[in-house]
Amino acid sequence: MSGVLRAAWLIARKDLRVEARNREIAYTTLFFAMSCVLIFAFAFIVEGQPLADAAAGILWVAVTFSGTLALGRAFERERQSETLRALLLAPVERAAIYLGKLLALLTLMIGVELVIVPVIGILFAAPLARAPWLLASLVATGTVGFGAVGTLFAAMLVRAQSRDVLLPVLLYPMVAPVVIAGVRGTAALFAAEPDFAAAGTWLTMLVFFDAVFVTLALWLFGPVMRE
Amino acid sequence: MTRVVPFLLVIAALMFMRAPFMIDAAPYESTMGLVQKIFYFHVPAAITTFLSVFVCGIASAIFLVRRKRMADHVAVAAAELAVLFGLMVIVTGPLWARKAWGVWWTWGDARLVMTFVMWMVFVAYLLLRKFGGPGSEVLAAAAGIFGMVLVPFVYWSVNYWRTVHPSTDVIRTLPPEMSSVLSWCIYSFFVLYAALLLLRTQLESHRASLDEAFLALED
Repeated sequence: MSGVLRAAWLIARKDLRVEARNREIAYTTLFFAMSCVLIFAFAFIVEGQPLADAAAGILWVAVTFSGTLALGRAFERERQSETLRALLLAPVERAAIYLGKLLALLTLMIGVELVIVPVIGILFAAPLARAPWLLASLVATGTVGFGAVGTLFAAMLVRAQSRDVLLPVLLYPMVAPVVIAGVRGTAALFAAEPDFAAAGTWLTMLVFFDAVFVTLALWLFGPVMRE
Repeated sequence: MTRVVPFLLVIAALMFMRAPFMIDAAPYESTMGLVQKIFYFHVPAAITTFLSVFVCGIASAIFLVRRKRMADHVAVAAAELAVLFGLMVIVTGPLWARKAWGVWWTWGDARLVMTFVMWMVFVAYLLLRKFGGPGSEVLAAAAGIFGMVLVPFVYWSVNYWRTVHPSTDVIRTLPPEMSSVLSWCIYSFFVLYAALLLLRTQLESHRASLDEAFLALED
């Protein structure tokens, strides 16, 4: 098992190093997330005041949309110079490749979230400091769930036609449980009368979804990427 | 195998011809009255959708592990039927909800939302197969398995999330004169489903052999 984790770490480090050289995904994803906030700000502000639960909704829309962008780009990179084939030929287990890609994606997404969450907190007067650890856990587990399914499908679609369209088409219905739990949990935290018990329940559900999705994706990645 | 299809279709047709008379004769539900009778088609359609999702998921898993072409053909057929019967559920549900709840649709209900999500997954499955190009059957198989995994969430979500949808206990506590009609409708749907599944699987096999023949000719 330690061999798998080590290989996964090497693959993630490779991805992050490529990213650190030009920071393309980080910059574009971050700016795209900000654009989402801008567009939704106009949709959910009535007479200068944000609608109830708007902040939670906008937060998760920004996370999922920018996450999709990062996924598409990360695997487009592997496709351009056929490096995915090289990766699949490498003498490591398929699970290690999946975990490595997932780890790199999560690092990127969490980096973007570290900027976007405070920005949303300021712009929509969301009480971030009310339960920072609970909020951080909700966002982190939601991101893991999204990334687990997203990495599997983005990797699968690398060779498919019209992959740019098919990725969101497939991904959004599948991660709907994660997004629902994330939005409801965050909304329970941000509400005028916060419901910490409800937020805790949604967090438990997110942990459960993560466990199911990561296990399933690990099992599917091998047979799907067989070539 | 496909020789039984015409028989199944005839049986289904006869059963569906009798169903309206049985539904008409069934007693009126005290609070909802006539509109409750849509239940006799809504519930069987929902059960058939879930059945089809499971058939698709299991066939997809067999295809992924064993690479049996036949399993893939069954999976496509089941996915299409899941979308078809799911559409029936999604259309009949709001017709009832408008009368019973006063709204066509509510986003606050777990059962409704999750059924819709699952239906979307299988529409996405079909889109992937249609536009994914060569090799998309393997990808679709993974999507089919994920769709199946969502089903328990759909089923049990009722107990964990605020819901206005009648719970699954309703079926067990039905008076016998109602439950016999419901069972008749469920069996009618099952017979129709079996016929359509066999027919569509056969069609898919023919399509695949035709594709192969065409490729062989080109080479």
